[in-house]
Amino acid sequence: MSENGNARDPGGLSPAGTERSPAGTERSFRSRAVSKFLRNRVAVAGLIILMLIVSSSILSITAGDPDTAEIDLDRSLEPPSLSHPFGTDAFGRDLLIRVLQGGRVSLSVGFAARTISLVLGLLFGTLAGFYGGKTDSVLMRLADITFSFPTLLLLIAIMAVASPGLVSLSMALGIVGWAALARLVRAQVLSVRQREYVQAARAAGASDLKIIIRYILPQCISPVIVVYTLGLGMTVMAEASLSFLGLGVQPPVPSWGRMISGGIAFMRTAPWLTLFPGLVLTLTISSLNLVGDGLRDALDPSIVRGFKGLGRMKL
Amino acid sequence: MLRFTARRLLMLVPILFGVVTVTFFLMYVMPGDPVLALAGERYDEETLESLRKEYGLDKPLHLQYVDYLSRLARFDLGRSFITGRPVSESIAERFPRTMLLALSAMAIAVIAGVLTGGLSAWGRYPWLGKTLMGLSLAGVSIPVFWLGLLLIHLFSIKLGIFPPSGYGGGSIRYLVLPALTLSFASMATIARVTRSGFLEAGAGDFVRTARAKGLAESKVIGKHVFRNALIPVVTIVGTDFGSYLSGSVLTETIFGWPGLGRFIVQAIMKRDFPVIQGSILFMAVMFVLVNLLVDLSYGMIDPRVREKEGPG
Repeated sequence: MSENGNARDPGGLSPAGTERSPAGTERSFRSRAVSKFLRNRVAVAGLIILMLIVSSSILSITAGDPDTAEIDLDRSLEPPSLSHPFGTDAFGRDLLIRVLQGGRVSLSVGFAARTISLVLGLLFGTLAGFYGGKTDSVLMRLADITFSFPTLLLLIAIMAVASPGLVSLSMALGIVGWAALARLVRAQVLSVRQREYVQAARAAGASDLKIIIRYILPQCISPVIVVYTLGLGMTVMAEASLSFLGLGVQPPVPSWGRMISGGIAFMRTAPWLTLFPGLVLTLTISSLNLVGDGLRDALDPSIVRGFKGLGRMKL
Repeated sequence: MLRFTARRLLMLVPILFGVVTVTFFLMYVMPGDPVLALAGERYDEETLESLRKEYGLDKPLHLQYVDYLSRLARFDLGRSFITGRPVSESIAERFPRTMLLALSAMAIAVIAGVLTGGLSAWGRYPWLGKTLMGLSLAGVSIPVFWLGLLLIHLFSIKLGIFPPSGYGGGSIRYLVLPALTLSFASMATIARVTRSGFLEAGAGDFVRTARAKGLAESKVIGKHVFRNALIPVVTIVGTDFGSYLSGSVLTETIFGWPGLGRFIVQAIMKRDFPVIQGSILFMAVMFVLVNLLVDLSYGMIDPRVREKEGPG
């Protein structure tokens, strides 16, 4: 494990460490990161697969409203064919379209949940890091408590008592993910807070809010992007697991987890019902992980590596 | 080491307290009157009242909380709404089965993970390393429940080697598929960590020194590289314990394994909330304790961890 902190900003990559104009170095840092990402073939492959899945999920809107999708019992449980590449489900609906529509739901829930985590993490992480003292210790104990539940179990407990639905599902997934981001932001704030330019800004009479927004939050962008993406894969996985258990997305809204659990009864007669949704789900999670890894390598926030619970999120 | 241990033990208190409080309030905000589930189809106000009284649900929130704490202090997790059986008894019966599954999975994960990680770090066949690391990426990305279904499809339905579900009195034929399923994600992480551990340790100065003083290559690898590479694996095993518990919920559901995970899922379906509350609390406490053990053992293996903790 590498030491936290010391190894940051090799060569003054961040605007903070340099005397040059912040805007200029920021741009060169970004373009360097982008070209580094693009040279990572595996990450680019992940990005392409991800974009394919996302765009075809969005296109699946044109195939009609998933909730009232045409039921055609004459075509029930047809094996994969040219007209139905993934086969049809027990109600005769085209499985490929169902899977893509499910993808729209899963990905939307995933992004919504990560964004909730991000907002909570930024808010509480900044508060803890900037004000320290009691605020800090209370918030960090709360983070410890969040970490002391196995994530999926905590989610199960929350969803067992919450009324099911997409909103409560996104909220639950978002709340569970707050702690990792808050810890990260806090660590970043702590390392920036004492720098000369922040003290100079304070001496010049800048308000707390201005210091946070103008000088501290920009320093959090790279690590936050990385952790946001790395958590996305696991959030999609958690959503699918909850839906699989019947605690997530409720029918008739299509979801991968639900499709897979619904397919179990047909494992012997129509295995494609479990195979294809799972395959697309796995592809989505893999590509999210690949992109996350690629971003981590490109942005190189070494603070992410040496930090417990901040690597790839675990269920 | 003593101070380190003491500090860790002290940190345990607020965390356990928090875990208990979270589980209490989660179940308290549960919509719907739990007494209704308890009373069944036919009920009148009187039965409801007496049931509320019996379970202490008529008291104000803070008194219920105090009740809850004092019962927990006596290891009383309440009784199932459905069967009336003490929750702690059911946990004592089912947790060993979950542990059997989790420990078997852990053994598979460590052995297979260290082997693949070590193999892929071995520079002789670069393509092998790349393939193995690709597989390990798939390993962390594949959902446990889908993997389980794939294994059932292949080994039970197509090949008929292993039974698709059941416990079979804990016989190994029934254990193989669920243990394999549960081990997969952790195996992949261990492989990655072992690989980078080997590469890092292999490049260390102490390895160069060992080679320079003419130590046999087998000794260099076995004694110096291997030991240093495995330090992070210890942590992974500990932090992954939570994944084993979480994963056991899904794995046990798929394979009909009568452990604690499946117990929770069944209780959720029946809205049997003392069971949900008690089992989840139990699992969280186990997780906290295992993490404590890992932290302590890590501090023992690697003195740097203890020093880093320093004051402040």
